[in-house]
Amino acid sequence: MSAEIIVVTSGKGGVGKTTTSASLATGLAMSGKKVAVIDFDVGLRNLDLIMGCERRVVYDFVNVIQGEATIKQSLIKDKRHENLYVLAASQTRDKDALTQEGVEKVLDELGKDGFDYIVCDSPAGIEKGAHLAMYFADHAMVVVNPEVSSVRDSDRILGLLASKTRRAEKGDGAVTQHLLLTRYNPSRVEQGEMLSVKDVEEILGISVVGVIPESENVLAASNSGVPVILDENSHAGQAYRDTVARLLGESRPMRFLDAPKKGFFQRVFGG
Amino acid sequence: MGILDFLKRKPEPTAAVAKERLRIIVAQERSTRGAPDYLPVLRSELLEVIKKYVNVDLEAISINVERDSGHEVLELSVALPEGKAAQNPAT
Repeated sequence: MSAEIIVVTSGKGGVGKTTTSASLATGLAMSGKKVAVIDFDVGLRNLDLIMGCERRVVYDFVNVIQGEATIKQSLIKDKRHENLYVLAASQTRDKDALTQEGVEKVLDELGKDGFDYIVCDSPAGIEKGAHLAMYFADHAMVVVNPEVSSVRDSDRILGLLASKTRRAEKGDGAVTQHLLLTRYNPSRVEQGEMLSVKDVEEILGISVVGVIPESENVLAASNSGVPVILDENSHAGQAYRDTVARLLGESRPMRFLDAPKKGFFQRVFGG
Repeated sequence: MGILDFLKRKPEPTAAVAKERLRIIVAQERSTRGAPDYLPVLRSELLEVIKKYVNVDLEAISINVERDSGHEVLELSVALPEGKAAQNPAT
């Protein structure tokens, strides 16, 4: 049995890849799937912090690839979900430590271990780490912000997904592309200051699988090492839950696309 | 314009500008995606040659590489300006 491999990628840095990887992996695990989430950002490990397991990293992805540790030794079991595991990136090696054969071997082994989903958290850029994170993917979650450089970079990434992946090379059917719009600010969209969901969809020619509103809860979640999807009260968390449900085939309406109506006091005093 | 007007002035809505710029650059980058690295240079050298005979600018030239099973087709199209060609200095 092989696992479904999902790459979370974007091209541009700082758009929310790791936040998304952590919430996506957690959300899939919450629906009962056995999930591994792998940090491909060798040298700049961060997924462990967002998942809140940074003090439990003993062995990492590179250790497994180089045969210095087994997968079992290296997978960190999530504190909250017993069917969720984290594989940290190496903090000391350089990115050449990842090899295509090595990555393939790890992914195959996870598939044999009964994992349903493997979430690959890609580094920014289009260099080796990003290439290897997407190479074996069945699905891609392209994270984009409503901002010119992010939109342009994600178009570039969509092009790479269609040409530089195992599926593309083998003619095995395309990698399924999902667009996730994050840091969305409906009030600024209404003011004409920010690209709208529709604008981004039109430019890229692909519809969004989810829209995550800009939210202070995302920072609070990363501060405390709890994926924001677990914050049921936050709009960002709820939007991630909707997104995961859609990925699993449920149909859910988009929420949080409109600016909250201002009350009397807000209109008078601002805010 | 009083100082109050200045304070109240809202920023120009710029999303439409962003959209238009992205629409153009994304279309351009898609048309040359996966194409050989020499394409931009080829394009500008071709322009120089064409300019000797016809007065066109860079926008008038479009180059596409299309892949059919097994072979590639380099397609070049030049939109000629309306009216006559530039004076031909070569004669």
